[in-house]
Amino acid sequence: MATVDTTEWVRDFAALVDEHAEELTALDAAIGDADHGANMRRGMAAAVAALDDSAPATAAETAKRTAMVLIRTIGGASGPLFGTFFLRFAAAIDSGSDIGDFARAFRAGLEGVIARGKAEPGDKTMVDALGPAAAALDKAVAGGADAAAALAAAAAAADAGRDATTPLVARKGRASYLGERSAGHQDPGATSAALLVRAARSALR
Amino acid sequence: MKKLINDPAEVVDSALAGLAAAHPELRVDAKRRIVVRGDAPVRGKVGLVSGGGSGHEPLHGGFVGLGMLDAACPGEIFTSPVPDQIQAATAAVDAGAGVLHIVKNYTGDVMNFEMAAELAAAETGTEVHAIVVNDDVAVRDSLYTAGRRGVGATVILEKMAGAAAESGRPLAEVARIAEAVNDRSRSMGMALTSCTVPAVGHPTFELGDDEMEIGIGIHGEPGRQRVPVAPARDIAELLLDPILADLPFAQGDRVLCFVNGMGATPLLELYLMFDEVARILRGHRIEIARSLVGPYITALDMAGCSVTLTRLDDELTALWDAPVRTPALRWGI
Repeated sequence: MATVDTTEWVRDFAALVDEHAEELTALDAAIGDADHGANMRRGMAAAVAALDDSAPATAAETAKRTAMVLIRTIGGASGPLFGTFFLRFAAAIDSGSDIGDFARAFRAGLEGVIARGKAEPGDKTMVDALGPAAAALDKAVAGGADAAAALAAAAAAADAGRDATTPLVARKGRASYLGERSAGHQDPGATSAALLVRAARSALR
Repeated sequence: MKKLINDPAEVVDSALAGLAAAHPELRVDAKRRIVVRGDAPVRGKVGLVSGGGSGHEPLHGGFVGLGMLDAACPGEIFTSPVPDQIQAATAAVDAGAGVLHIVKNYTGDVMNFEMAAELAAAETGTEVHAIVVNDDVAVRDSLYTAGRRGVGATVILEKMAGAAAESGRPLAEVARIAEAVNDRSRSMGMALTSCTVPAVGHPTFELGDDEMEIGIGIHGEPGRQRVPVAPARDIAELLLDPILADLPFAQGDRVLCFVNGMGATPLLELYLMFDEVARILRGHRIEIARSLVGPYITALDMAGCSVTLTRLDDELTALWDAPVRTPALRWGI
């Protein structure tokens, strides 16, 4: 049964981050401090290097190693948030082999992000992309969709959630200091989070 | 972009190498990215650790030394340090009396210091108390934001809590002093120009020749409001009015008045601003009992300034006056 190859997921996410680094930094310059692209690129390159060193035996091990590398190398808010996502994902995926397991682990990751960052839906953060993706995954799995269809739905939901951050006034993170002026800008965290979901789709094996 | 750099990716490491070369009295661990007082850990003394993104120099590495910080952990430019780094700094200064983490209220800083404190407690049993500095009155409504940012008061707090720790006070007392300084301090900043982050290579935001940003933080992030540029006397009012109203400061108060440069503003202009600020404070019958003028918490090459007022009492005044010997702040010895 097809599911997400965690190692490929991390690699594909790193490639997408690298490709979109300038865009992420430009979005961050508008409402933050212009380091999101550089930070994510540095962190994901380190995560890929750690996987190149030796291949982890399980999906859980891959996710955990990725988490520790991200926490240790990114800094800022993105390090703890993406790190916590993968750490909770790792704890939930251990015997995972199908899309239902992936959906449960993905939701555990999302809950970790919410607990660490204390953001709610609509705060203009990565939760606005990850939340709809988790909901779409759950719905697809409950409806008996196959992995490809479930991840396509999740990627579309994440992209829509990312786009929906544009008119919002930020209530968390550095953009919140802009008040009303944060409206009209797409959230950089939601943008990188949507890339994470898109990468899962291309890592389907 | 014209900058004195070799490679944008190596700015922080190269600057740390320079700090180490210029100040042999400090221990700079380039690998773990921590700056530690040469004689740390000092037996029986509470350790003070602060950190945050680089780009705010001399904060925090320039404030490591006798009477102030025991260690600093600088992150990437405008990016908080990572938990391993903070934990390494904590372990390096832990002399058994506990460690105070001084954290500016920015989401990334708070999360990374929280994770580091959890690690320190789990792995070495170090008692860590964290003070989250949040003195910036530009952030009006903390219900709908990440809360007030930590800015200028960080310098004052590091000095006063550092003096308390140096005199041998226990962690609870040092933490009480830190809370008191935070509670009694208010700041507000403004920018005339954006800064340029080395890895980005162009200014973070565009500001017209006739515009200024009011209510900026220290990361080149835009402020709350963009308004036409005004004479210094009007800028002083724009900064001081919300500060005075917020605590509120009252007639008869004695204050420490800190006029800070954001990195690209000459001392000439900062002293001119100090004069304007002093004039307004005289009008309110608030006495400037102590002062600090200069670039101490900067945002790379941003032009502009911030004003911080701390309401003093005898205890805090004595802690301010106590000897300090660091690269950027030094008196009494």
